Amino acid sequence: MNVETGKAAWRETIPVWRAFEPSPKPETEFEQARVVIVGTGPVGLAMAIDLGQRGHEVIVLGRFDFVPAGSKAICFSKRSLDILDRLGCGEQAVEKGVSWNIGKVFWKDRSDPVYKFDLLPVKNQKMPGFINIQQYHMEDILLDRLKQLPNVQIRWGHEVTALDTSEESAIMSVDCADGAYRIETEWLIACDGNKSSVRDLMGLDFEGRIFEDNFLIADVKMKEDRPSERWFWFDPPFNPGQSVLLHKQPDDVWRIDFQLGWNIDREACIKPENVNPLVRAMLGDDVEFEEEWYSVYTFQCRRMQHFWHGRVIFAGDSAHLVSPFGARGCNGGFADIDNLGWKLDLVLEGKAPFDILESYDSEAIVTADENILNSTRSTDFLTPKSDISRAFRDAVLDLAEDHPFARALVNSGRLSTAISYPDSSLSTADADVWSGGIAPGSPALDAPLDNGWLLEKLGGRFVLLTTTPFADLPSGLDVLDIAQEPANGLLRERYDLQGGGAYLIRPDQYVAARFRQPTGAAIADALARAMGEQA
Amino acid sequence: MSLTLETNLEDPDAIYEKLIAMLESHEPEKALRASARLVLLLINHIGDRKVIDEAIERAALLTEA
Repeated sequence: MNVETGKAAWRETIPVWRAFEPSPKPETEFEQARVVIVGTGPVGLAMAIDLGQRGHEVIVLGRFDFVPAGSKAICFSKRSLDILDRLGCGEQAVEKGVSWNIGKVFWKDRSDPVYKFDLLPVKNQKMPGFINIQQYHMEDILLDRLKQLPNVQIRWGHEVTALDTSEESAIMSVDCADGAYRIETEWLIACDGNKSSVRDLMGLDFEGRIFEDNFLIADVKMKEDRPSERWFWFDPPFNPGQSVLLHKQPDDVWRIDFQLGWNIDREACIKPENVNPLVRAMLGDDVEFEEEWYSVYTFQCRRMQHFWHGRVIFAGDSAHLVSPFGARGCNGGFADIDNLGWKLDLVLEGKAPFDILESYDSEAIVTADENILNSTRSTDFLTPKSDISRAFRDAVLDLAEDHPFARALVNSGRLSTAISYPDSSLSTADADVWSGGIAPGSPALDAPLDNGWLLEKLGGRFVLLTTTPFADLPSGLDVLDIAQEPANGLLRERYDLQGGGAYLIRPDQYVAARFRQPTGAAIADALARAMGEQA
Repeated sequence: MSLTLETNLEDPDAIYEKLIAMLESHEPEKALRASARLVLLLINHIGDRKVIDEAIERAALLTEA
């Protein structure tokens, strides 16, 4: 805090999208809580909705008293949209965002793409393959949803300054405009980003690689009639030897990422007099544009060794970082909270042992590792680190136009998709023969029903998806009887249920088990395993 | 299938001659890229992951001698 102005230094450097009144200090000096989330970014807010709509009292602490503007996450995957839909705000995101499924990769000055991909290969699902939406719009949408959850309290301008953990709780010191106070909480979820103060206060760090290449993000406003597609260029005439990525956002804002190389003057390269000519060369002389926000970044592909530390759980960028090519940052964070929400709910309700959080650690690490692997591979293709690496990269592009096999090697970012946990301790291995369908540990695939969509009906609890109703089910397990759904052809096909059977689906809409000839006992056994009971 | 190590070529000298002639027809730095194209074409033709892995590992070992 700056004592004279009463304003924190970040107010001078971080652009503000929406400012709030700083939240007052709570009346008690030493507060008791069950769940505290640190961080008011999209991951923290989504975590708060998930736990809030499960009925828990949640406190969210944000060190900012505003939603930041600037260039942050923009690409939200189908899986994230499915999660947001379960959280009650997926449709709002799609309505505001720019939907897209197609990506094109260009090379040099050639007007035809050398490679093209479709991110929604399976059609007839509620959500599109991807949307682009500015992170501040996403945060507005999440905050709107939170207005319907009075049991979630957001405190703007409350910063954690000290942390003391024990086996029973985490005790944190919090600073706000009217002074300091303490909270003792059963659970602390750190969604406080890359520079996580919770991680620092616990003396924890990341492991992995840091990349030194620099990228300029130019968010510009212009009226352009380009299609809603992701366009990527290798070595275009308007940025020779480097790459460029173009995305359309809502409100006529376009994001252009220019690769800059290694040795640059970071301050100079975001000055309008240096950025505008780059943008002009790309768009041509006849396009009017204005600066929305210019910034420069480097990136890292790293994660914490573990995300679960007793009473403190890490989710999102506080736990793992990736390069932006592949949109695996914020989408990875949403995957975390989707995985954690129902497990922590069971622990809070006393319905599952603490150890179920071990499965959060292992499953979220599977997700993080796959994201880091893909993002590292993309980065090595985009920015070859040696002459031989560049020779092979260029050889792939040489071949791509006329040789279909080489197009599969063109890596301009492998975009975020739902990640499976084939070795999850919560899954029950198949005992029957299936041809296709969804294997245990994989996310449920959407399908149209007569009235709505499958994923809408799965919701956020354990569900048995079955072709025949039967008695003696474990108590509390909801049943979705497919026979009651007239238009179920695609569903049966996607789940290999033409011959009958049942799927046990977790609250995060992952398959826990499936049976050709389901019995109450087998289902009860699989349900117990999925709820963290060790066999 | 495993990587074939016995000779599998009908006229090895002619194939070798053609390979070198192709590479030498390029400037040195372009030759690197041309040989990369050749490697990629052949890798895809082989397709078998086990064979490709074995070839990559064998090539790596030999450079250390």
